[in-house]
Amino acid sequence: MATIKKTKRPELDEGGMGYLQSLPRRVVTVYLPLLVFVIVLLFPFYWMTITAIKPNLEMTDYANFNPLWVVHPTFEHIRYLLFDTSYPGWLLNTIIISTAATFLSLLAAVFAAYAIERLRFSGARQVGLAIFLAYLVPPSILFIPLSVMVFNLGLYDTPFALILTYPTFLVPFCTWLLMGYFRSIPFELEECALIDGASRWQILMKIVLPLSVPGLISAGIFAFTLSWNEFIYALTFIQSSENKTVPVGVLTELVRSDVYEWGALMAGALIGSLPVVVLYSFFVEHYVSSMTGAVKE
Amino acid sequence: MAVSSAAVQPRPSILSRSLSLLADSRNALGFGFMLPAAALLLVFLTYPLGLGIWLGFTDARIGRPGIFIGIENYQYLSDDAVFWLSVFNTLLYTISASILKFALGLWLALILNQNLPFKSFFRAIVLLPWVVPTVLSAIAFWWIYDSQFSILSWALMEMGLIDHRINFLGDPVNARASVIAANVWRGIPFVAITLLAGLQTIPQSLYEAATLDGASRWQLFRFVTLPLLTPIIAITMTFSVLFTFTDFQLIYVLTRGGPVNATHLMATLSFQRGISGGQLGEGAAIAVAMIPFLLAAILFSYFGLQRRKWQQGGGD
Repeated sequence: MATIKKTKRPELDEGGMGYLQSLPRRVVTVYLPLLVFVIVLLFPFYWMTITAIKPNLEMTDYANFNPLWVVHPTFEHIRYLLFDTSYPGWLLNTIIISTAATFLSLLAAVFAAYAIERLRFSGARQVGLAIFLAYLVPPSILFIPLSVMVFNLGLYDTPFALILTYPTFLVPFCTWLLMGYFRSIPFELEECALIDGASRWQILMKIVLPLSVPGLISAGIFAFTLSWNEFIYALTFIQSSENKTVPVGVLTELVRSDVYEWGALMAGALIGSLPVVVLYSFFVEHYVSSMTGAVKE
Repeated sequence: MAVSSAAVQPRPSILSRSLSLLADSRNALGFGFMLPAAALLLVFLTYPLGLGIWLGFTDARIGRPGIFIGIENYQYLSDDAVFWLSVFNTLLYTISASILKFALGLWLALILNQNLPFKSFFRAIVLLPWVVPTVLSAIAFWWIYDSQFSILSWALMEMGLIDHRINFLGDPVNARASVIAANVWRGIPFVAITLLAGLQTIPQSLYEAATLDGASRWQLFRFVTLPLLTPIIAITMTFSVLFTFTDFQLIYVLTRGGPVNATHLMATLSFQRGISGGQLGEGAAIAVAMIPFLLAAILFSYFGLQRRKWQQGGGD
């Protein structure tokens, strides 16, 4: 955000006519609603965290303990999760699958985006539109036929089932995002290189890609987050416990018949969210600007 | 990859002239560059889409390729009360959640567009619900909505607003409201941040000019903000409606379609019949039945809002 702020209009203009508002009025129209929004949006995370470190005794005894606080924090749930369940394995699976799917999709998307945006082959516009429409096809429609395909290809219950199917939503997304990014690279740079005798391949490798590192990073983060969050394919194509991903594993393996291990469940949800949140917080500038950039198209 | 790298090697001293000619041709090069993405999408997106439509016309089951049975699946579904209930639920869910997401998201965007201290900090934390995996935050909501230990019931009882625990997910009306609330919670950040980006492109001078002309705050919003924001609202809400309509994860975690199918969406019903029940053909038919609704939603929000923008551009 900081970079955006710097490149924006001068500071003077920042508040617009905000100085015309009196403080009490601002408190009622801005700060109070903002406070409510922030509390509502963040409360589930607080509740997740507090439950993950709460002893079972306090968790079900609202009469003697205030549920919003924890008196004797415990790491028992987290210990149970990490050492007595397959959770570490699910984490590893999710990391491997997300990384592989992200790389595969980025590779395909870089070439596709460059071809559509800069080679401008005949029908490039139509292909660009088709890619956009492909992004609008939801997984909820595809999972049944894909499960038939995955089964016939012998990929059922293997990580490859997910690595190969995640690009169905990652490739259109990354291509669309990178197309926007490539468009922002001045055409003149490529023309200069062409005059100097560079081939298209050299231009892509030595000029366009080095300049698009920020775009590649945001596309990569988005793709990684999307594959980390994916649920319906992972639920349908994976059966054995050791091959599951975090979202599926937490939901299907930690919930046992009637006794809910809420502490372990919340710890699982929390630890499963951490990698994407950390990734997000490192790259929040890229994240916000590319998200808004992609939508502005 | 392999094809394109072979086709575009630059030095004619090494490669034959024909290859260098190929490298100069936009179309040949474009084809080579498009190949990896096109192959992935054709095999794993276009083909399954066709296969899904075909499966809808068969009686395929898990482990048994079906035979063509015409529109029998659709005939069966048209007499199936549960299917129509799921259509109703999906529409209710999509429409009410989208309206709420839009209204609250726009409000939040307008607030964040003000000159605030810690602006970037607020923007960063507001996006959190959208970043965290839906299933994992849905599990948190499951615990929040617990019938016995719900923190919401406890808080409301402490405040003296209710005298007994609310059965959030056990009662049809409550369950519907609860899943919609959870969906809205997750959807607000996306709407807010994208609309905020749109708000930032509106020049302040327009507001100043309108104020000098004596416009009230409501008129500023109605005649400056809204018309200029309409294109980005159209795109944001198209995406939002699309993803809400095809939602699966939230329902699967919170209610699995219960109580008495009151929260079954078409996607969850399709999963239940197609994968859990093994009736692939019927599940595929339900999924295919979503397509017309999706097309209608895309066309409606796209053209509906597009024309308004055009009218205002021409009318004013």
